[in-house]
Amino acid sequence: MMTAQTILSPHPEEPRSGVSKDAPARSETSFETKPPASPQDEGCGETKPAYNYAYLDEQTKRMIRRALLKAVAVPGYQVPFGSREMPLARGWGTGGIQITAAIIGPDDTLKVIDQGADDTTNAVSIRRFFQQTAAVKTTEATDEATIIQTRHRIPEAPLNPGQIMVYQVPMPEPLRKLEPREAETRKMHAWAEYGLMQVKLYENIARFGEVTTTYDYPVLVNGRYIMAPSPIPKFDNPKMHMSPSLQLFGAGREKRIYALPPHTSVKSLDFDDHPFRIQSWTEPCGLCGAGDSYLDEVITDDHGGRMFVCSDSHHCETRRGQGHRGAMLADASALHLVEETKP
Amino acid sequence: MLPQSQIGAGFSDPVFQSQAAFRALLAALSEPGTRQVMTSPVTPPQGLEAATAIALLALADYETPIWLTPALRDGPAGAWLRFHCGATLIENPADAAFAVIDGATDAPLLSTFSIGTDQFPDRSTTVIVQCAGLEGGRSVTLSGPGIADTRLVAPDGLRSGFWAEVAANAELYPLGVDLVLSHGNTIIGLPRSTQIASPEHASPEMLETY
Repeated sequence: MMTAQTILSPHPEEPRSGVSKDAPARSETSFETKPPASPQDEGCGETKPAYNYAYLDEQTKRMIRRALLKAVAVPGYQVPFGSREMPLARGWGTGGIQITAAIIGPDDTLKVIDQGADDTTNAVSIRRFFQQTAAVKTTEATDEATIIQTRHRIPEAPLNPGQIMVYQVPMPEPLRKLEPREAETRKMHAWAEYGLMQVKLYENIARFGEVTTTYDYPVLVNGRYIMAPSPIPKFDNPKMHMSPSLQLFGAGREKRIYALPPHTSVKSLDFDDHPFRIQSWTEPCGLCGAGDSYLDEVITDDHGGRMFVCSDSHHCETRRGQGHRGAMLADASALHLVEETKP
Repeated sequence: MLPQSQIGAGFSDPVFQSQAAFRALLAALSEPGTRQVMTSPVTPPQGLEAATAIALLALADYETPIWLTPALRDGPAGAWLRFHCGATLIENPADAAFAVIDGATDAPLLSTFSIGTDQFPDRSTTVIVQCAGLEGGRSVTLSGPGIADTRLVAPDGLRSGFWAEVAANAELYPLGVDLVLSHGNTIIGLPRSTQIASPEHASPEMLETY
Protein backbone atom coordinates (compact mmCIF):
# COMPACT_ATOMS: atom_id res chain seq x y z
CA MET A 1 0.00 0.00 0.00
CA MET A 2 2.59 2.55 1.03
CA THR A 3 4.88 1.43 -1.77
CA ALA A 4 2.16 1.80 -4.36
CA GLN A 5 1.31 5.21 -3.03
CA THR A 6 4.90 6.38 -3.15
CA ILE A 7 5.26 5.22 -6.72
CA LEU A 8 1.95 6.66 -7.89
CA SER A 9 2.25 9.97 -6.12
CA PRO A 10 3.41 12.77 -8.42
CA HIS A 11 4.91 14.55 -5.44
CA PRO A 12 6.76 11.93 -3.46
CA GLU A 13 8.33 14.63 -1.34
CA GLU A 14 4.93 15.43 0.11
CA PRO A 15 3.55 12.17 1.32
CA ARG A 16 0.11 12.89 2.75
CA SER A 17 -1.06 10.11 4.91
CA GLY A 18 -4.61 8.97 4.61
CA VAL A 19 -5.82 11.39 1.95
CA SER A 20 -4.66 9.69 -1.21
CA LYS A 21 -7.34 8.36 -3.50
CA ASP A 22 -6.44 4.78 -2.75
CA ALA A 23 -6.49 5.33 0.96
CA PRO A 24 -8.76 2.95 2.84
CA ALA A 25 -12.43 3.86 2.99
CA ARG A 26 -13.28 6.33 5.68
CA SER A 27 -14.96 5.09 8.78
CA GLU A 28 -18.19 6.34 10.32
CA THR A 29 -16.91 9.65 11.64
CA SER A 30 -16.27 12.03 8.84
CA PHE A 31 -12.86 13.57 8.94
CA GLU A 32 -9.62 12.02 8.00
CA THR A 33 -7.67 12.84 11.13
CA LYS A 34 -9.11 11.15 14.12
CA PRO A 35 -7.89 12.74 17.32
CA PRO A 36 -6.75 10.62 20.21
CA ALA A 37 -9.55 9.89 22.61
CA SER A 38 -10.37 13.06 24.48
CA PRO A 39 -11.65 13.19 28.06
CA GLN A 40 -15.32 13.34 27.03
CA ASP A 41 -14.95 10.01 25.24
CA GLU A 42 -14.27 8.15 28.43
CA GLY A 43 -16.28 5.04 28.98
CA CYS A 44 -17.61 4.55 25.48
CA GLY A 45 -15.98 2.28 22.99
CA GLU A 46 -16.48 4.28 19.82
CA THR A 47 -14.59 7.49 19.23
CA LYS A 48 -16.66 10.61 19.03
CA PRO A 49 -15.82 13.21 16.40
CA ALA A 50 -13.62 16.08 17.45
CA TYR A 51 -16.17 18.75 16.56
CA ASN A 52 -19.34 19.84 18.28
CA TYR A 53 -22.78 18.40 17.46
CA ALA A 54 -23.85 19.61 13.99
CA TYR A 55 -20.32 20.87 13.32
CA LEU A 56 -20.73 24.49 14.49
CA ASP A 57 -19.58 25.53 17.95
CA GLU A 58 -22.20 26.71 20.43
CA GLN A 59 -21.16 30.35 20.29
CA THR A 60 -21.68 30.40 16.52
CA LYS A 61 -25.02 28.64 16.85
CA ARG A 62 -26.22 31.20 19.38
CA MET A 63 -25.24 34.02 17.04
CA ILE A 64 -27.08 32.40 14.13
CA ARG A 65 -30.09 31.63 16.33
CA ARG A 66 -30.35 35.26 17.46
CA ALA A 67 -30.16 36.37 13.83
CA LEU A 68 -32.89 33.87 12.91
CA LEU A 69 -35.22 35.15 15.64
CA LYS A 70 -34.80 38.72 14.40
CA ALA A 71 -35.28 37.51 10.83
CA VAL A 72 -38.67 35.94 11.59
CA ALA A 73 -39.70 39.09 13.48
CA VAL A 74 -39.05 41.24 10.38
CA PRO A 75 -40.01 39.02 7.44
CA GLY A 76 -37.95 39.66 4.32
CA TYR A 77 -35.34 41.86 6.03
CA GLN A 78 -31.76 40.58 5.58
CA VAL A 79 -30.09 40.20 8.98
CA PRO A 80 -26.27 40.35 8.83
CA PHE A 81 -24.53 37.44 10.55
CA GLY A 82 -21.01 36.20 11.06
CA SER A 83 -20.81 33.52 8.41
CA ARG A 84 -18.25 30.85 9.26
CA GLU A 85 -15.82 28.87 7.21
CA MET A 86 -17.42 25.51 6.45
CA PRO A 87 -15.84 22.32 5.13
CA LEU A 88 -17.34 23.17 1.76
CA ALA A 89 -16.61 25.95 -0.68
CA ARG A 90 -18.69 29.11 -0.45
CA GLY A 91 -21.30 28.96 -3.13
CA TRP A 92 -22.04 25.32 -2.35
CA GLY A 93 -24.70 26.11 0.19
CA THR A 94 -22.75 27.22 3.23
CA GLY A 95 -25.49 29.65 4.28
CA GLY A 96 -28.14 26.96 4.22
CA ILE A 97 -25.82 24.51 5.96
CA GLN A 98 -25.13 26.97 8.76
CA ILE A 99 -28.83 27.59 9.30
CA THR A 100 -29.57 23.87 9.29
CA ALA A 101 -26.70 23.27 11.73
CA ALA A 102 -28.09 25.94 14.06
CA ILE A 103 -31.65 24.57 14.11
CA ILE A 104 -31.20 20.81 13.75
CA GLY A 105 -31.63 18.40 16.64
CA PRO A 106 -31.59 14.64 17.07
CA ASP A 107 -35.38 14.42 16.61
CA ASP A 108 -35.31 16.00 13.17
CA THR A 109 -35.57 14.29 9.81
CA LEU A 110 -33.63 16.03 7.07
CA LYS A 111 -34.29 16.13 3.35
CA VAL A 112 -31.85 17.89 1.04
CA ILE A 113 -32.62 18.72 -2.57
CA ASP A 114 -30.62 20.37 -5.29
CA GLN A 115 -32.51 21.47 -8.43
CA GLY A 116 -35.42 19.41 -7.10
CA ALA A 117 -33.46 16.16 -7.02
CA ASP A 118 -32.41 14.21 -3.94
CA ASP A 119 -29.62 12.35 -5.70
CA THR A 120 -27.42 15.13 -7.07
CA THR A 121 -23.87 15.66 -5.79
CA ASN A 122 -24.54 18.68 -3.61
CA ALA A 123 -27.67 17.17 -2.05
CA VAL A 124 -25.94 13.85 -1.32
CA SER A 125 -22.91 15.58 0.21
CA ILE A 126 -24.94 17.85 2.47
CA ARG A 127 -27.20 15.00 3.56
CA ARG A 128 -24.18 12.91 4.44
CA PHE A 129 -22.56 15.86 6.21
CA PHE A 130 -25.49 16.04 8.63
CA GLN A 131 -25.75 12.27 8.96
CA GLN A 132 -22.16 12.27 10.15
CA THR A 133 -22.05 15.45 12.22
CA ALA A 134 -25.57 15.55 13.66
CA ALA A 135 -26.63 11.87 13.56
CA VAL A 136 -30.06 12.77 12.18
CA LYS A 137 -32.43 10.66 10.16
CA THR A 138 -32.50 11.64 6.52
CA THR A 139 -35.22 11.02 4.00
CA GLU A 140 -36.17 11.67 0.41
CA ALA A 141 -39.89 11.84 1.19
CA THR A 142 -41.11 15.42 1.41
CA ASP A 143 -43.88 14.66 3.90
CA GLU A 144 -41.57 12.80 6.31
CA ALA A 145 -39.04 15.60 6.60
CA THR A 146 -39.05 18.17 9.41
CA ILE A 147 -36.28 20.22 7.80
CA ILE A 148 -35.92 20.50 4.02
CA GLN A 149 -32.75 22.17 2.84
CA THR A 150 -33.05 23.21 -0.75
CA ARG A 151 -31.31 24.83 -3.62
CA HIS A 152 -33.35 26.07 -6.58
CA ARG A 153 -36.69 24.38 -5.88
CA ILE A 154 -39.62 24.10 -3.51
CA PRO A 155 -40.97 20.53 -3.51
CA GLU A 156 -44.12 19.92 -5.54
CA ALA A 157 -45.89 18.16 -2.67
CA PRO A 158 -47.62 20.71 -0.43
CA LEU A 159 -45.65 21.56 2.69
CA ASN A 160 -47.09 20.96 6.13
CA PRO A 161 -47.26 23.10 9.26
CA GLY A 162 -44.20 22.46 11.40
CA GLN A 163 -41.90 21.78 8.48
CA ILE A 164 -38.98 24.16 8.04
CA MET A 165 -37.63 25.03 4.60
CA VAL A 166 -33.98 26.13 4.52
CA TYR A 167 -32.89 27.86 1.31
CA GLN A 168 -29.31 28.18 0.12
CA VAL A 169 -29.06 31.69 -1.28
CA PRO A 170 -26.20 32.87 -3.50
CA MET A 171 -27.29 36.52 -3.76
CA PRO A 172 -29.64 37.72 -1.02
CA GLU A 173 -29.86 41.32 -2.21
CA PRO A 174 -32.56 41.68 -4.89
CA LEU A 175 -31.40 45.21 -5.72
CA ARG A 176 -27.71 44.35 -6.13
CA LYS A 177 -27.72 44.21 -9.93
CA LEU A 178 -29.41 47.59 -9.99
CA GLU A 179 -27.28 49.25 -7.30
CA PRO A 180 -23.90 47.73 -6.47
CA ARG A 181 -23.27 49.73 -3.29
CA GLU A 182 -24.37 48.03 -0.09
CA ALA A 183 -24.68 51.39 1.69
CA GLU A 184 -27.21 52.48 -0.94
CA THR A 185 -29.28 49.28 -1.10
CA ARG A 186 -29.49 49.35 2.68
CA LYS A 187 -31.01 52.84 2.50
CA MET A 188 -33.36 51.74 -0.27
CA HIS A 189 -34.65 48.95 1.97
CA ALA A 190 -34.78 51.23 5.00
CA TRP A 191 -36.97 53.76 3.23
CA ALA A 192 -38.80 51.26 0.98
CA GLU A 193 -37.52 53.05 -2.11
CA TYR A 194 -38.25 50.32 -4.57
CA GLY A 195 -39.02 52.37 -7.67
CA LEU A 196 -35.82 51.16 -9.35
CA MET A 197 -37.05 47.56 -9.29
CA GLN A 198 -40.36 48.54 -10.86
CA VAL A 199 -38.46 50.48 -13.55
CA LYS A 200 -36.37 47.39 -14.29
CA LEU A 201 -39.48 45.25 -14.71
CA TYR A 202 -41.08 47.98 -16.81
CA GLU A 203 -38.05 48.17 -19.11
CA ASN A 204 -38.27 44.41 -19.58
CA ILE A 205 -41.87 44.77 -20.69
CA ALA A 206 -41.10 47.77 -22.92
CA ARG A 207 -38.29 45.90 -24.64
CA PHE A 208 -39.51 42.29 -24.74
CA GLY A 209 -43.23 42.54 -24.12
CA GLU A 210 -43.02 40.64 -20.85
CA VAL A 211 -40.94 40.36 -17.69
CA THR A 212 -38.04 38.14 -18.72
CA THR A 213 -36.90 37.22 -15.20
CA THR A 214 -37.62 33.52 -14.82
CA TYR A 215 -35.83 32.66 -11.59
CA ASP A 216 -35.04 34.65 -8.43
CA TYR A 217 -38.11 36.70 -9.34
CA PRO A 218 -38.38 39.54 -6.78
CA VAL A 219 -41.19 39.42 -4.24
CA LEU A 220 -42.69 41.90 -1.79
CA VAL A 221 -42.93 40.40 1.69
CA ASN A 222 -45.62 41.42 4.17
CA GLY A 223 -46.17 44.58 2.16
CA ARG A 224 -42.82 46.01 3.24
CA TYR A 225 -39.54 44.46 2.08
CA ILE A 226 -38.54 43.39 -1.41
CA MET A 227 -36.85 40.03 -1.10
CA ALA A 228 -34.89 37.71 -3.36
CA PRO A 229 -36.62 34.33 -3.15
CA SER A 230 -33.27 32.62 -3.93
CA PRO A 231 -32.82 31.16 -7.43
CA ILE A 232 -36.03 29.17 -7.42
CA PRO A 233 -37.94 29.33 -10.70
CA LYS A 234 -40.77 31.85 -10.64
CA PHE A 235 -42.97 28.76 -10.97
CA ASP A 236 -42.36 28.24 -7.23
CA ASN A 237 -43.04 31.82 -6.11
CA PRO A 238 -46.77 31.27 -5.50
CA LYS A 239 -45.90 28.39 -3.13
CA MET A 240 -44.22 30.88 -0.79
CA HIS A 241 -47.35 32.97 -0.38
CA MET A 242 -49.15 32.06 2.86
CA SER A 243 -47.17 28.82 3.07
CA PRO A 244 -47.98 26.85 6.23
CA SER A 245 -44.29 26.11 6.83
CA LEU A 246 -41.52 28.32 8.14
CA GLN A 247 -39.00 29.37 5.48
CA LEU A 248 -35.44 30.36 6.36
CA PHE A 249 -32.86 31.75 3.91
CA GLY A 250 -29.11 31.68 4.40
CA ALA A 251 -26.46 33.33 2.25
CA GLY A 252 -23.04 32.20 3.48
CA ARG A 253 -20.80 34.19 1.20
CA GLU A 254 -22.90 37.35 1.50
CA LYS A 255 -23.41 36.79 5.26
CA ARG A 256 -27.14 37.38 5.39
CA ILE A 257 -30.05 35.52 6.93
CA TYR A 258 -33.70 36.23 6.26
CA ALA A 259 -36.95 34.46 6.89
CA LEU A 260 -40.62 34.06 6.09
CA PRO A 261 -42.83 32.96 8.98
CA PRO A 262 -45.77 30.72 8.05
CA HIS A 263 -48.82 32.48 6.59
CA THR A 264 -46.90 35.52 5.39
CA SER A 265 -47.95 37.49 2.36
CA VAL A 266 -45.43 37.06 -0.48
CA LYS A 267 -46.36 38.95 -3.64
CA SER A 268 -44.42 38.60 -6.86
CA LEU A 269 -43.91 42.08 -8.31
CA ASP A 270 -45.97 42.86 -11.38
CA PHE A 271 -48.15 45.48 -13.04
CA ASP A 272 -51.94 45.61 -13.30
CA ASP A 273 -51.79 45.25 -17.08
CA HIS A 274 -48.95 42.70 -16.97
CA PRO A 275 -49.87 40.34 -14.14
CA PHE A 276 -47.33 37.85 -12.82
CA ARG A 277 -47.41 34.52 -14.66
CA ILE A 278 -45.60 31.26 -13.99
CA GLN A 279 -43.96 29.05 -16.59
CA SER A 280 -46.01 26.43 -18.44
CA TRP A 281 -45.09 23.57 -20.75
CA THR A 282 -46.77 22.19 -23.83
CA GLU A 283 -46.25 18.57 -22.85
CA PRO A 284 -46.47 16.70 -19.55
CA CYS A 285 -43.64 14.88 -17.73
CA GLY A 286 -42.29 12.08 -19.95
CA LEU A 287 -41.95 9.68 -17.02
CA CYS A 288 -44.96 10.24 -14.79
CA GLY A 289 -47.28 12.28 -17.00
CA ALA A 290 -47.65 15.12 -14.49
CA GLY A 291 -49.01 18.23 -16.16
CA ASP A 292 -48.74 20.52 -13.16
CA SER A 293 -45.12 20.19 -12.04
CA TYR A 294 -41.94 22.06 -12.96
CA LEU A 295 -40.22 20.25 -15.83
CA ASP A 296 -36.58 19.97 -16.84
CA GLU A 297 -35.69 19.52 -20.48
CA VAL A 298 -33.41 16.51 -20.97
CA ILE A 299 -31.53 15.95 -24.22
CA THR A 300 -31.74 12.26 -25.07
CA ASP A 301 -29.62 11.92 -28.23
CA ASP A 302 -27.69 14.00 -30.72
CA HIS A 303 -30.51 14.08 -33.29
CA GLY A 304 -32.63 16.65 -31.48
CA GLY A 305 -34.40 14.11 -29.31
CA ARG A 306 -35.51 15.45 -25.93
CA MET A 307 -37.90 14.83 -23.15
CA PHE A 308 -39.37 16.80 -20.29
CA VAL A 309 -39.23 15.30 -16.81
CA CYS A 310 -40.24 16.51 -13.36
CA SER A 311 -37.41 18.36 -11.65
CA ASP A 312 -38.72 17.11 -8.29
CA SER A 313 -37.37 13.56 -8.41
CA HIS A 314 -39.27 12.36 -5.34
CA HIS A 315 -42.56 13.72 -6.67
CA CYS A 316 -41.99 11.92 -9.97
CA GLU A 317 -41.13 8.63 -8.25
CA THR A 318 -44.16 8.89 -6.00
CA ARG A 319 -46.43 9.43 -8.98
CA ARG A 320 -44.91 6.51 -10.89
CA GLY A 321 -45.39 4.40 -7.78
CA GLN A 322 -49.05 5.37 -7.85
CA GLY A 323 -49.31 4.05 -11.40
CA HIS A 324 -49.05 7.27 -13.38
CA ARG A 325 -47.22 6.60 -16.62
CA GLY A 326 -45.69 9.13 -18.97
CA ALA A 327 -45.26 8.61 -22.71
CA MET A 328 -41.53 7.85 -22.48
CA LEU A 329 -41.49 5.76 -19.31
CA ALA A 330 -41.34 2.44 -21.16
CA ASP A 331 -38.33 3.57 -23.23
CA ALA A 332 -36.50 4.94 -20.19
CA SER A 333 -37.25 1.78 -18.28
CA ALA A 334 -36.00 -0.45 -21.09
CA LEU A 335 -32.71 1.45 -21.03
CA HIS A 336 -32.56 1.01 -17.22
CA LEU A 337 -32.51 4.79 -16.77
CA VAL A 338 -35.33 4.55 -14.26
CA GLU A 339 -36.81 1.69 -12.34
CA GLU A 340 -40.40 1.15 -13.32
CA THR A 341 -42.14 0.76 -9.99
CA LYS A 342 -45.22 -1.39 -10.04
CA PRO A 343 -48.19 0.11 -8.22
CA MET B 1 -21.40 39.38 44.63
CA LEU B 2 -22.65 36.04 45.78
CA PRO B 3 -20.33 33.14 46.36
CA GLN B 4 -20.38 30.57 43.62
CA SER B 5 -21.93 27.97 45.90
CA GLN B 6 -25.15 29.97 45.83
CA ILE B 7 -25.40 29.97 42.05
CA GLY B 8 -27.67 27.17 40.86
CA ALA B 9 -26.98 24.87 37.94
CA GLY B 10 -27.67 25.81 34.33
CA PHE B 11 -28.25 23.35 31.48
CA SER B 12 -27.18 19.80 32.27
CA ASP B 13 -26.73 19.12 28.53
CA PRO B 14 -26.08 22.53 26.93
CA VAL B 15 -25.93 21.45 23.28
CA PHE B 16 -29.27 19.70 23.07
CA GLN B 17 -31.13 21.70 25.70
CA SER B 18 -30.24 25.00 24.07
CA GLN B 19 -31.22 23.56 20.70
CA ALA B 20 -34.62 22.51 22.06
CA ALA B 21 -35.08 25.88 23.75
CA PHE B 22 -34.19 27.69 20.54
CA ARG B 23 -36.71 25.66 18.53
CA ALA B 24 -39.41 26.62 21.05
CA LEU B 25 -38.42 30.28 20.71
CA LEU B 26 -38.32 30.00 16.91
CA ALA B 27 -41.79 28.46 16.89
CA ALA B 28 -43.07 31.09 19.33
CA LEU B 29 -41.83 34.05 17.28
CA SER B 30 -42.70 32.58 13.89
CA GLU B 31 -46.22 31.69 15.03
CA PRO B 32 -47.11 34.54 17.37
CA GLY B 33 -49.65 33.76 20.04
CA THR B 34 -49.02 30.01 20.21
CA ARG B 35 -47.92 28.67 23.57
CA GLN B 36 -44.56 26.89 23.39
CA VAL B 37 -43.20 24.79 26.22
CA MET B 38 -39.54 24.81 27.27
CA THR B 39 -39.05 21.30 28.56
CA SER B 40 -35.50 21.46 29.89
CA PRO B 41 -35.34 20.88 33.65
CA VAL B 42 -33.63 24.05 34.81
CA THR B 43 -34.13 25.45 38.29
CA PRO B 44 -34.25 29.20 37.68
CA PRO B 45 -32.74 31.68 40.10
CA GLN B 46 -35.08 33.66 42.29
CA GLY B 47 -37.02 36.25 40.29
CA LEU B 48 -36.78 34.54 36.89
CA GLU B 49 -39.44 32.29 35.42
CA ALA B 50 -38.07 28.94 34.25
CA ALA B 51 -38.80 29.84 30.62
CA THR B 52 -37.01 33.17 31.00
CA ALA B 53 -33.96 31.46 32.43
CA ILE B 54 -33.93 28.80 29.70
CA ALA B 55 -34.34 31.37 26.92
CA LEU B 56 -31.43 33.44 28.21
CA LEU B 57 -29.25 30.37 28.71
CA ALA B 58 -29.92 29.42 25.10
CA LEU B 59 -29.41 32.83 23.53
CA ALA B 60 -27.35 35.16 25.71
CA ASP B 61 -23.57 35.35 25.87
CA TYR B 62 -20.79 37.93 26.03
CA GLU B 63 -22.11 39.57 22.84
CA THR B 64 -25.53 40.37 24.27
CA PRO B 65 -25.95 42.95 27.05
CA ILE B 66 -28.89 42.10 29.29
CA TRP B 67 -31.06 44.61 31.13
CA LEU B 68 -32.64 43.47 34.39
CA THR B 69 -34.56 45.42 37.01
CA PRO B 70 -32.11 46.67 39.66
CA ALA B 71 -33.52 44.21 42.20
CA LEU B 72 -32.90 41.26 39.88
CA ARG B 73 -29.55 42.55 38.71
CA ASP B 74 -28.14 42.81 42.24
CA GLY B 75 -29.73 39.54 43.36
CA PRO B 76 -29.18 35.87 42.57
CA ALA B 77 -30.60 36.24 39.04
CA GLY B 78 -27.86 38.67 38.08
CA ALA B 79 -25.13 36.46 39.50
CA TRP B 80 -26.63 33.42 37.79
CA LEU B 81 -26.73 35.11 34.36
CA ARG B 82 -23.24 36.51 34.72
CA PHE B 83 -21.91 33.10 35.61
CA HIS B 84 -23.74 30.94 33.08
CA CYS B 85 -24.01 33.30 30.10
CA GLY B 86 -21.03 35.56 30.65
CA ALA B 87 -23.33 38.39 29.68
CA THR B 88 -22.89 42.02 30.70
CA LEU B 89 -25.72 43.34 32.87
CA ILE B 90 -26.29 46.93 31.90
CA GLU B 91 -28.18 49.89 33.34
CA ASN B 92 -29.28 51.66 30.17
CA PRO B 93 -32.29 49.78 28.72
CA ALA B 94 -31.71 51.25 25.25
CA ASP B 95 -28.39 49.35 24.98
CA ALA B 96 -29.83 45.96 25.81
CA ALA B 97 -30.03 43.01 23.44
CA PHE B 98 -32.27 41.21 25.92
CA ALA B 99 -34.33 42.58 28.77
CA VAL B 100 -36.44 40.94 31.44
CA ILE B 101 -39.36 42.94 32.82
CA ASP B 102 -42.27 42.17 35.11
CA GLY B 103 -45.47 42.60 33.14
CA ALA B 104 -47.39 43.82 36.18
CA THR B 105 -45.21 46.76 37.16
CA ASP B 106 -45.62 50.20 35.58
CA ALA B 107 -41.97 50.66 34.61
CA PRO B 108 -40.04 50.39 32.44
CA LEU B 109 -42.20 51.09 29.40
CA LEU B 110 -41.53 49.09 26.25
CA SER B 111 -40.59 52.35 24.53
CA THR B 112 -37.48 52.71 26.72
CA PHE B 113 -35.84 49.78 24.94
CA SER B 114 -34.05 49.88 21.61
CA ILE B 115 -36.27 49.69 18.55
CA GLY B 116 -33.36 49.30 16.12
CA THR B 117 -32.49 51.72 13.36
CA ASP B 118 -34.14 52.08 9.97
CA GLN B 119 -31.12 50.52 8.28
CA PHE B 120 -30.63 47.85 10.96
CA PRO B 121 -34.03 47.02 12.46
CA ASP B 122 -32.54 43.76 13.80
CA ARG B 123 -30.58 45.71 16.41
CA SER B 124 -33.58 46.03 18.70
CA THR B 125 -34.14 44.65 22.17
CA THR B 126 -35.89 41.34 22.71
CA VAL B 127 -37.96 41.94 25.83
CA ILE B 128 -38.97 38.98 27.96
CA VAL B 129 -42.14 39.92 29.83
CA GLN B 130 -42.76 37.76 32.87
CA CYS B 131 -46.45 37.57 33.66
CA ALA B 132 -48.75 35.90 36.16
CA GLY B 133 -50.20 33.51 33.60
CA LEU B 134 -50.44 32.90 29.86
CA GLU B 135 -54.18 32.27 29.91
CA GLY B 136 -57.17 33.41 31.87
CA GLY B 137 -56.57 37.11 31.34
CA ARG B 138 -58.41 39.47 29.06
CA SER B 139 -58.29 38.15 25.53
CA VAL B 140 -56.68 40.06 22.69
CA THR B 141 -56.85 39.27 18.99
CA LEU B 142 -53.60 38.99 17.05
CA SER B 143 -53.04 39.04 13.31
CA GLY B 144 -50.07 39.34 10.99
CA PRO B 145 -47.26 37.11 9.69
CA GLY B 146 -47.27 33.67 11.28
CA ILE B 147 -51.02 33.78 11.92
CA ALA B 148 -53.33 32.22 9.33
CA ASP B 149 -56.34 34.37 10.16
CA THR B 150 -56.48 35.69 13.69
CA ARG B 151 -55.39 34.18 16.98
CA LEU B 152 -56.58 34.90 20.53
CA VAL B 153 -54.22 35.25 23.46
CA ALA B 154 -55.20 35.99 27.05
CA PRO B 155 -52.13 36.40 29.22
CA ASP B 156 -52.87 37.36 32.78
CA GLY B 157 -51.43 39.90 35.18
CA LEU B 158 -50.26 42.55 32.72
CA ARG B 159 -50.24 46.24 33.61
CA SER B 160 -53.02 48.47 32.34
CA GLY B 161 -51.98 50.05 29.10
CA PHE B 162 -49.70 47.13 28.19
CA TRP B 163 -51.62 46.26 25.03
CA ALA B 164 -51.68 49.89 23.97
CA GLU B 165 -47.89 49.83 24.25
CA VAL B 166 -47.74 46.65 22.18
CA ALA B 167 -50.05 48.18 19.56
CA ALA B 168 -47.88 51.32 19.46
CA ASN B 169 -44.80 49.12 19.07
CA ALA B 170 -46.41 47.33 16.11
CA GLU B 171 -47.06 50.74 14.54
CA LEU B 172 -43.29 51.24 14.32
CA TYR B 173 -42.86 48.20 12.06
CA PRO B 174 -40.30 47.33 10.71
CA LEU B 175 -38.75 48.86 13.82
CA GLY B 176 -39.79 47.92 17.33
CA VAL B 177 -39.01 45.56 20.16
CA ASP B 178 -39.87 41.85 20.00
CA LEU B 179 -41.68 40.43 23.01
CA VAL B 180 -41.62 37.01 24.60
CA LEU B 181 -44.21 36.52 27.33
CA SER B 182 -43.10 33.94 29.84
CA HIS B 183 -44.69 32.13 32.73
CA GLY B 184 -43.49 28.89 34.27
CA ASN B 185 -41.92 26.89 31.47
CA THR B 186 -44.17 28.31 28.75
CA ILE B 187 -43.70 31.22 26.37
CA ILE B 188 -45.74 33.20 23.86
CA GLY B 189 -43.95 35.18 21.17
CA LEU B 190 -45.15 38.63 20.11
CA PRO B 191 -42.81 39.95 17.42
CA ARG B 192 -43.17 43.53 16.21
CA SER B 193 -44.88 42.30 13.03
CA THR B 194 -47.96 41.19 15.00
CA GLN B 195 -50.96 43.51 14.92
CA ILE B 196 -53.08 43.85 18.06
CA ALA B 197 -56.84 44.24 18.16
CA SER B 198 -59.17 43.64 21.05
CA PRO B 199 -62.11 41.26 20.43
CA GLU B 200 -64.37 44.27 19.98
CA HIS B 201 -61.92 45.82 17.48
CA ALA B 202 -61.33 48.62 19.90
CA SER B 203 -59.76 51.88 18.87
CA PRO B 204 -56.38 52.80 20.35
CA GLU B 205 -58.18 55.04 22.85
CA MET B 206 -60.18 52.09 24.09
CA LEU B 207 -57.05 49.97 24.27
CA GLU B 208 -55.63 52.62 26.57
CA THR B 209 -58.09 51.51 29.26
CA TYR B 210 -56.81 47.92 29.30
